[in-house]
Amino acid sequence: MKLRGKPEPLLIRGGRVIDPAQGIDAELDLLLEDGRVKQLGHGLEPDGARVVEARGLWVVPGLIDMHVHLREPGEEWKEDIASGTRAAAAGGFTTVCAMPNTRPPVDDAPMVNSVLARAAEKAVVHVLPVGAVTRGLEGKELAEMGDMAEAGAVAFSDDGHPIADAEVMRCALEYGRMFGKPIIDHCQDPSLSREAVMHLGYWSTVLGLRGMPAAAEEVMVARDIILSRLTGGKVHIAHASTRGTVELLRQARAEGLPVTAEVTPVHLCLTDALVHEMAYDTRTKVNPPLRSAEDVAALRLALAGGIIGVVATDHAPHHQDDKEVEYNYAAFGISGLETAVPLLITELVHTGIISPEILVERMTAGPARVLSLSAGTLRVGSTADVTLIDPGLEKAVEPERFYSKGKNTPLAGRLLRGWPVLTVVAGHIVMRDGEVLV
Amino acid sequence: MKLASRDILSLEEMPREDIELILDTAHSMKEIIYRPIKKVPTLRGKTVVTLFYEASTRTRTSFELAAKYMSADTVSIATATSSVQKGETLKDTARTLRVMGSDCVIMRHPVSGSCHFLARVLDIPVINGGDGMHEHPTQGLLDMFTMREKKGRLEGLRVAIIGDIYHSRVARSNIWGLGKMGAKVVVCGPATLLPPEIERMGVQATTRVEEAVEGADVVMVLRLQLERQQRGLFPSSREYSRLWGITRERLNLAKPDALLMHPGPMNRGIEISTEVADSPQSTIEDQVTNGVAVRMAILYLLLGGGEEK
Repeated sequence: MKLRGKPEPLLIRGGRVIDPAQGIDAELDLLLEDGRVKQLGHGLEPDGARVVEARGLWVVPGLIDMHVHLREPGEEWKEDIASGTRAAAAGGFTTVCAMPNTRPPVDDAPMVNSVLARAAEKAVVHVLPVGAVTRGLEGKELAEMGDMAEAGAVAFSDDGHPIADAEVMRCALEYGRMFGKPIIDHCQDPSLSREAVMHLGYWSTVLGLRGMPAAAEEVMVARDIILSRLTGGKVHIAHASTRGTVELLRQARAEGLPVTAEVTPVHLCLTDALVHEMAYDTRTKVNPPLRSAEDVAALRLALAGGIIGVVATDHAPHHQDDKEVEYNYAAFGISGLETAVPLLITELVHTGIISPEILVERMTAGPARVLSLSAGTLRVGSTADVTLIDPGLEKAVEPERFYSKGKNTPLAGRLLRGWPVLTVVAGHIVMRDGEVLV
Repeated sequence: MKLASRDILSLEEMPREDIELILDTAHSMKEIIYRPIKKVPTLRGKTVVTLFYEASTRTRTSFELAAKYMSADTVSIATATSSVQKGETLKDTARTLRVMGSDCVIMRHPVSGSCHFLARVLDIPVINGGDGMHEHPTQGLLDMFTMREKKGRLEGLRVAIIGDIYHSRVARSNIWGLGKMGAKVVVCGPATLLPPEIERMGVQATTRVEEAVEGADVVMVLRLQLERQQRGLFPSSREYSRLWGITRERLNLAKPDALLMHPGPMNRGIEISTEVADSPQSTIEDQVTNGVAVRMAILYLLLGGGEEK
């Protein structure tokens, strides 16, 4: 990480500390020293520490986004590690997992090392690489997962591509089990999703766009659950998007299988009706597609009840030219890091659908558990990664002010309430009031 | 009278008043087509561009004749011979047309929604000449014009649309347009060619052709794209013809004075028998003539001809 030197001590005073890993939700002071959490308690004295007044703010463990695309190496005009991690800091995230579908892909230990080295030079938040499951993301031969795990890969995924071959997935789960890392699968049966650009349903009928049935996701989720049962391997379902997926996850959970899942803010808050409402605006084009209102309702319940334990953005920045084309030709993806927190607070917390504790849990302890990380808590002694959120702060989404190079969001202009206002990474203040300082 | 919208993108978005205005205007335009000298000066000095990303003889010629009969200049761009082949984007093509001073662009494109995209980029009227599987609004209008001309009304008509509803922009435009005008629409085809939740568009859906045709005032047959068979959406044209083809026997289930319509070009013998296609009930040739009249009306209303002096 780019942040060097010893950070000055910080006393974050009087905020609502929400740390689900410790079961804490109380007005407390938080003292950070030497890049670690030094003390958490009432009436702490600065003792020379710089004081941050946090009354009325949420003080939460630094948010973890286990699914982002930083596009480096290979497509730096869309995003790079410097811009992507600044976007993360602006969005309140202190740790991001970089997906391996770069050019070339991260499918061996030297590539993992390369990402870590670039991150050490340029990143302003922690970057954890995800290694590919198969060589070249081709879905045929296993990549050197052991080497990559040793080099620092925290999980494996062919994200962007489903692992279509069931035997390859079976081997990945059996082999990957030795390293204790989950296989993150982009579940989508390619024969059912061919040429599809949105959700299959009423709106695809009206718009005349080729639709992707919910079943394209569900048949592969079902297969992965069955293969997890066979192998004992850890499966993590990337960007779950349908009601049927939620049902399958519920069954897997009841059976005690090592199957986890994540959901994105946009799949929790937007529906396929938006493609119609925005008249084919390609900023609504995302994979998996925005689903029906019934799917959104099921995902919200699953998140609230813990069937889905992680919120991840699937931050997919694209260049303007990849989006300013006809709908079918546009790239899939939404730039998500800088809108995740206010979107979720506006749509889910202020509306009473989920509590602040649950939201924070799904963005901190939840991903930390899936990836076996020590992050995601404000426990004394842990790394001083902290995010302050002002739940009452109202602002419009202004993509032109994003730190991400990807301005591709269907939320442009939308008024949201509940923004991150301070991001602290290993004791260093990297963002204050929306401005990234490093 | 003026249209509410600057562009003609879909009948879903078009208010009923605009549909009525276009159909009424087309009525007087049709008279021009039958004159020995088919030329009025209405759009003199205006330039209309047809930008066709998909092959089409019928629609493009119809638009070009409509423009020429009103003295507009026309330029046609076929993408096979244009800079599109060199990789130029639609956005750049559109900007080029704008700075060259075009007054209106008519576009056909294989991707649904492309005309909406074009309309966002351009500040001149855009007319949808068919976009992917979405809509073909001028076809829907000419179909409604033909029905109204022959039946004297649209309200209360029972219209059966038979064939590949899933991929049909003609079906979608007719469904929206006819629904707004008070007609009842039944769609029919193999289950693989009926899109999901089509009933929510306000129609009845069935896979049984006899049920659809029975008591219909209008039977509209759609062209079957034979490449759909290769994609496994139906097993053979032989079976399609047997189960959904419109024959004399099936047409007899409709009202005795029912109209038989087809947007063309036809696969004779597959979706429609030659016997009925060439029968007195068939309005297929009237549809072509009416297409020119409806497009004249649209160009007239969009390009300032509709402004009262």
